[in-house]
Amino acid sequence: MIPAAFDYQRADSKEQAISLLSEHGDEAKLLAGGHSLIPLMKYRLAAPGIVVDVGRIDELSYVREEGDHLAIGALTCHREIETNELVLANTGLLAAATKQVGDPQVRHRGTIGGALAHGDPASDIPSAALALRASLVIEGPSGEREVEADDFFTGFLETALEPEELLTEIRVPKLPNSTWSFQKFNRRAQDWAIVGASVLIADNQCGVGLVNMDSKPVRATALEEAIKNGASAEEASELAAEGLEPPSDLNASTEYRSHLARVLTKRGLQESGK
Amino acid sequence: MTINGTKVSADVEPRTLLVHFIREQASLKGTNIGCDSSSCGACTVHLNGESAKSCTVLAVQADEQEVTTIEGLADGETLHPMQEAFRDCHALQCGYCTPGMVMAAVSLLDEIPAPTELEVREGLEGNLCRCTGYHNIVKAVLQASGSKS
Repeated sequence: MIPAAFDYQRADSKEQAISLLSEHGDEAKLLAGGHSLIPLMKYRLAAPGIVVDVGRIDELSYVREEGDHLAIGALTCHREIETNELVLANTGLLAAATKQVGDPQVRHRGTIGGALAHGDPASDIPSAALALRASLVIEGPSGEREVEADDFFTGFLETALEPEELLTEIRVPKLPNSTWSFQKFNRRAQDWAIVGASVLIADNQCGVGLVNMDSKPVRATALEEAIKNGASAEEASELAAEGLEPPSDLNASTEYRSHLARVLTKRGLQESGK
Repeated sequence: MTINGTKVSADVEPRTLLVHFIREQASLKGTNIGCDSSSCGACTVHLNGESAKSCTVLAVQADEQEVTTIEGLADGETLHPMQEAFRDCHALQCGYCTPGMVMAAVSLLDEIPAPTELEVREGLEGNLCRCTGYHNIVKAVLQASGSKS
């Protein structure tokens, strides 16, 4: 399978990337590690006129401690995140979810920013970003803005990113004393989750992000609320699919996905000490 | 780009995949195309020393980078220890997945020099053997690492 023809431009800095995006608008698509975009292009589900390769903007690959949060450059690859000591010590849930992305080859190339900007409800990383209440830094021609993960995912493969904007940084609260669990149900090790759950318990706050349980990455808000009000893992997990519209496909029906969400969040909450 | 230490240069369309560049422009046919959808790992090569699925990398992304394919592992007539271990343990049946398996396994040992059996199995999760010959493959990787199975 070969993608449809496109023009290729490599950006060496984020300024150059933003200027190329401004110039080409909707026609352009950003390429980071390529492990979401290239398969889509090979299947001809995406056929951008111009691909702007940001994969070599090294200034966007880093993990730094900044006050109460970790700042992670959007082009930091999964392999770096799953093994980074700052991430492991301060936000273990993100490392655990990242370790479940695809396989080692995919994690060598794929980036945290790419996985988030793709906005795929079946991806593991958005669920962790939601559970952790991460925020995302976006840069465009008119400057920088910061968007909460909750407001970033707007629809199926749609995000708050405007065509001329670039996701530059992910800010994850430092929660060294949190307990957490990442649960993923799939048929083969490297597959996408049929359903997944990122569970985080910190200072009596509960964050639960779900994979593949709606048309966009979502939190299990009814479950979170129940935990806050003192419900047990067993009681709260019954509410995991409340208000959500999980898809139905060859792997699982809507009902089965709802069942999996209840089972996986219960396991996740129990593993997190609830 | 540099493939197995040799500079290879060609004008290609941006949509050319790295695996096609390796097989057609560089005429190195050891890297196989299996599923062509980044599932099976048959096309695994090293890009700047790390395993990558060359069916999901554009050749232009590897511009000016270092690529190693299965042909680049042996030192003349002397096989790479991983190749030797695959031969010793009979870690191949039809052989189609083997180049990708060997490349993934070498990258795995670079990251985890003395893996447990579980770490080997998890580390090779991106490579499928449709003969289902996993047992001997895992044995070979453990042998190459010097670990006991």
